[in-house]
Amino acid sequence: MVQINELASKLGYEVHAMANPAIQIAHGYTGDLLSDVMGNASEDSVLITIQAHKNTVAVASLIGIRAIVLCNGRTPTEDMIQAANQESVAILGTDDTQFTASWRIAHLIGAS
Amino acid sequence: MQTIPINTYNSPTVILELIYRLKVKDVMTRKLVSVPLGTTMRAVQHLMREKSITGVPVVSGTRLLGIVSMDDIIQALDFGHIEESVELHMTKNLIVLEDDMPVSFAISYFDRYRFHRFPVLNKDKELVGIVTTRDISTRLLWEINHEVENLERMNLSTKVTDGLARDVQSFSILKHDFENAGFASTEIKKKLKQRDVFPRTIRRAAIASYELEMNIVVHSNGGRITAEYGPEEVVITSEDTGPGITDIDKAMEEGYSTANEWIRSLGFGAGMGLPNIRSVSDEFSITSTPQGTVVTSIIRFSELERKRSAKE
Repeated sequence: MVQINELASKLGYEVHAMANPAIQIAHGYTGDLLSDVMGNASEDSVLITIQAHKNTVAVASLIGIRAIVLCNGRTPTEDMIQAANQESVAILGTDDTQFTASWRIAHLIGAS
Repeated sequence: MQTIPINTYNSPTVILELIYRLKVKDVMTRKLVSVPLGTTMRAVQHLMREKSITGVPVVSGTRLLGIVSMDDIIQALDFGHIEESVELHMTKNLIVLEDDMPVSFAISYFDRYRFHRFPVLNKDKELVGIVTTRDISTRLLWEINHEVENLERMNLSTKVTDGLARDVQSFSILKHDFENAGFASTEIKKKLKQRDVFPRTIRRAAIASYELEMNIVVHSNGGRITAEYGPEEVVITSEDTGPGITDIDKAMEEGYSTANEWIRSLGFGAGMGLPNIRSVSDEFSITSTPQGTVVTSIIRFSELERKRSAKE
């Protein structure tokens, strides 16, 4: 488990939305196909993806994903940030690839 | 003597399936602490204390030559051989497991032999892991938990008694309206939350309704999602005004999709929608003509959830 603000600061990820910095992340899921994410991601996950739009937040909040990490330098749209603040889903951004973000985050979740 | 209190002949079917499905490589420890030839017994003794382990494989590259057990160390101490090389005092007469063997093999090996651990070799006879009774019981407990969870859900969700008046919510959905996609499913989720339905059930309903909603947005000319809340279940129906699904069997296959490039670039059209809906539904039906497609997904509540929502 790792707290989302700790994850952001330890990995140096940019914070786009973080309505609740005390969110605990217990699992992760990496994917860009939202149906696949929907069907397979666990609750209390961080989603590692390049899908920087509002629908990603909808999927996240529906199945209990608590945070979204946008990779490869992608930035969220304004309405995505709004939706995320409303739903209390955090959005972070990084230049890391999904592979790199996945192992770094996995390491953090496992280590603490 | 360590044994695992599960046998391979008259355990419940779920357990039998489990111990045949799981392979040794799924339970073994891959992080190995091993020593090369020429290491002294003393060095192994220190290594054991330092790493809190009770058996150390002796290897030459990836070849397994023997194992130094705690017992071998005690013997060496007793007879004054502790400063000598491992090859003189290690256990050489080894019983090994193969990584592709079912866990049932490992369990019967632990019953049959006095060893506390078995080295695991792959097809090329390379040492790839080591397995202890603890590795097996930990993984089995984990899997059994998972199975019990599944059984619980099935048992409770199949009981049906007749009910009362139903709330009905209806949402109209526009073609290619990605902007508002997710609204219906969010509302359905809220409603179920108010009724104290379990998170697991809510998740199933959320998945079904979101996929139905997205199907209308992505593939149809527009349509409607209806949710009927009964005392025992929620019935989620999607109806659209065409153009219909040409081959329903194909549409039900995972990975089959007719979505175009730009829809895929948004992360939709993975060909998982209908299969996802079917897998979270207790009842699922689909009919389609060029005039429209109707999909019904029924999500049942467990007994406990019904009691709670009846208190309202």
